[in-house]
Amino acid sequence: MPETLSTMTSPPAGASPSAPPSTSARSLVLTRLRDLALVPAIIAVAVVGSLVNPVFLSTDNLLNVLQSMSEIAILVLAQTIVLITGKMDLSLESTFGLAPGIAAWLVVDPALTRGLGLDVLPDGLAVPVVLLVGALVGAVNGLLIVRFGLNGFIVTLGMLIVLRGLLTGISGGQTFFALPASMTYLGSATWFGAPASIWVSLLLFAVGIVVLGYTRVGRALYAIGGNADAARAAGIRTDRVLWAALVVASVLAALAGLLISGRLAAVPAAQGDGAIFQVFAAAVIGGVSLNGGKGSVFGAFTGVLLLFMIINVLTLAGVPAQWTNFLNGAVILVALTVSRITGGKAQT
Amino acid sequence: MSVRSPASTDGPAGDLRPVVEAVHITKRFGSTTALADAGIVVRPGETHALVGRNGAGKSTLVSILTGLQAPDDGAVAFDGRPAPPLGDRAAWRRRVACVYQKSTIIPTLTVAENLFLNRHDRGRGGLIRWSRLRRAAQELLATWSVDVDVRQPASTLSVEQRQFVEIARALSFGARFIILDEPTAQLDGAGINRLFDRLRDLRAHGVTFLFISHHLQEIYEICDQVTVFRDARHVVTAPVAELSRPALVAAMTGEDVTMPAADHPPLPADAPVLLSVRDLVTPSGAELSLETRAGEVVGLAGGGGSGKVEVAEAIVGLTRRAGGTVAVDGRVLRPGSVPDALDAGVGLVPQDRHREGLVPLLSIAENVTMTVPERIARRGLISPGRRDAAARAAITELAVKAAGPHVPVADLSGGNQQKVVMGRALANDPKLLVLITPTAGVDVRSKQTLLGVVEQVRRRGAAVLIVSDELDDLRICDRVLVMFAGRVIRELAHGWPDNELVAAMEGVDLHHA
Repeated sequence: MPETLSTMTSPPAGASPSAPPSTSARSLVLTRLRDLALVPAIIAVAVVGSLVNPVFLSTDNLLNVLQSMSEIAILVLAQTIVLITGKMDLSLESTFGLAPGIAAWLVVDPALTRGLGLDVLPDGLAVPVVLLVGALVGAVNGLLIVRFGLNGFIVTLGMLIVLRGLLTGISGGQTFFALPASMTYLGSATWFGAPASIWVSLLLFAVGIVVLGYTRVGRALYAIGGNADAARAAGIRTDRVLWAALVVASVLAALAGLLISGRLAAVPAAQGDGAIFQVFAAAVIGGVSLNGGKGSVFGAFTGVLLLFMIINVLTLAGVPAQWTNFLNGAVILVALTVSRITGGKAQT
Repeated sequence: MSVRSPASTDGPAGDLRPVVEAVHITKRFGSTTALADAGIVVRPGETHALVGRNGAGKSTLVSILTGLQAPDDGAVAFDGRPAPPLGDRAAWRRRVACVYQKSTIIPTLTVAENLFLNRHDRGRGGLIRWSRLRRAAQELLATWSVDVDVRQPASTLSVEQRQFVEIARALSFGARFIILDEPTAQLDGAGINRLFDRLRDLRAHGVTFLFISHHLQEIYEICDQVTVFRDARHVVTAPVAELSRPALVAAMTGEDVTMPAADHPPLPADAPVLLSVRDLVTPSGAELSLETRAGEVVGLAGGGGSGKVEVAEAIVGLTRRAGGTVAVDGRVLRPGSVPDALDAGVGLVPQDRHREGLVPLLSIAENVTMTVPERIARRGLISPGRRDAAARAAITELAVKAAGPHVPVADLSGGNQQKVVMGRALANDPKLLVLITPTAGVDVRSKQTLLGVVEQVRRRGAAVLIVSDELDDLRICDRVLVMFAGRVIRELAHGWPDNELVAAMEGVDLHHA
């Protein structure tokens, strides 16, 4: 902002130009590298993976990893936005199932689906309904957390249960299928030789990197998470930004739900159940702080990529699926311990 | 955003309209009057000191001068023009800035981003141009000769660098009037010198300062004018050079108020030493050696940063001492162990009752008996009957105004909460009672009760250590040790004049001034 610069007149005569002190250079490099902290780990896993099974580095397998993580990755992006403001949103995993579930409930024809569904809306409205449900959930979260000042953890825990119960209620615990083409398109189409859901998630991450890194509203998220009072003192409308962050996160979760429903051509009542733990783990491994104000979208991406690559390597190595959860948890704990030791500061 | 050109760039000469003029300011909070018809006039280019003891109304005046609160009565004008409305933060920021003790820097962001938070330099498409922002931040800091790498996170800044960055940020908004709220409190001697050099430099370029400090010698070093507040009123404004130190201390303390003289019988010669502190060193470097005998009340006085609270916390084990020994009734305490201190017979009223003294949601009974579970237990289990009986005794003895022992302490007034803290300290019939700022923020009546209890404890033959800067707390002491910058610099016997004690706490020796 050039006008601001013009206020810096009246320079003291003999002002010495500031030379960056060399002492801070090291910490500076470390700060820069935090974003790339997981890259060596990702390379290491890739090397191990290719040794375990040469198939690992094949294009098909890499696309498979990217596709299998694309929906969870969008949830991680959503959670990262909320975490950076110093809040958390547990209800994302239920929104992930409920949003496409409501849309399916309203559009599918009961004659085709053994009595499931209402068929009250035209197929064309399915996708807008998915996104609208996401926005509504986010708005309610915002109302309770921002306006009423309730604890975000408990509010979104309540929402997680309520939304899951709502989906179970409208579906009778069953699975919606015979979805309209508009709902299955994004999850099943192929663009430029790769599944559309990969492109969508990569595009959203790119947008996230730009918005959080290069726009005032994105920086406002960091300021609020770092010191809400100071952010307010700097003229940031903290309530409005928080509210927007919660709505955007829920819409992203709804979109991620749409992708997976499209891929599976169905909306099971348990869609997304338990996913939030993986989401938190990926975000924290990727360097996003649960205390707010710290972390980057790129870091979150490397976190989720590392997690899914390890799962893929374990699968290729023939580790029984029953052990996946154990190893998942172990990976999370090891990753946290390593970052505590190397970073010197508690990863919170 | 539009930023006006800087107010005054041509130095102190010339324009004599006051930078800020606050007149007839009155501000009440409930029943307490924080400011009564007070005011201040600060002229361009001067460094103006604002002094006064705790509760004199300094902070309230600062919040009114920075537009955080509106006065109930009176008016504020900048450069002869009325102050902007409270909602127009941008307008206030162009006129005045305050560097608080509490940082308004966001530690997780870089210095550059902190400087231009929410007014980032944006290019086409509304995207932030980081390279230009960093360059602008570098130029801004270079302009004011602040030698800090703008790319480092603000959390890595030292207190001193942080202050310079906040000053530079304030100047970048166009403000040429800056309030410094106890800027030297967390700095060491060299840091203070560097800060003062910087302030002199800025003053030479037309920046006006309002300087708040508890250290009088700093005021003589850096300030041109001094305004003294006492008991919510403006007392005097004078050039620093024309106000001698004794006169300044007298203005701060007012006339000597005669208090009902406490009974100070001479200690029997054979009274045993109950507290023996030898060469105690705290992690922050404060030092103390002290012996207190049975039936003796010793005061430990000093301003903020004098180290008095640190040594007291080291004595009772709240912090681990770095050196020396502490013995209670001949038993040497384990460093940093509160349980060991309790076991040896130490009762403690900690400095901050909200943080260390009470569990607000628990009842009076549970709070009072928290340190003595074995005294209220029957066959290994806590007996509610014994607990409530103990609590009732404390409620009666300390005149706690509460419906019964089951009332949560969160529902009590500040004075009654402090009585509960005192009750807890007394629950184990201590041989040594350590009270850290025991009457901070309590009403006069509770103060009387609390200090009256000290007298009873002394008669029982315990030793009492009162750590405070409140004259009323210290007046009941048999002798007062005054700490300054981590050392005991004076010892005053009972009957000291107020001025002498206050001067000693401010690091001024009246006899050699």
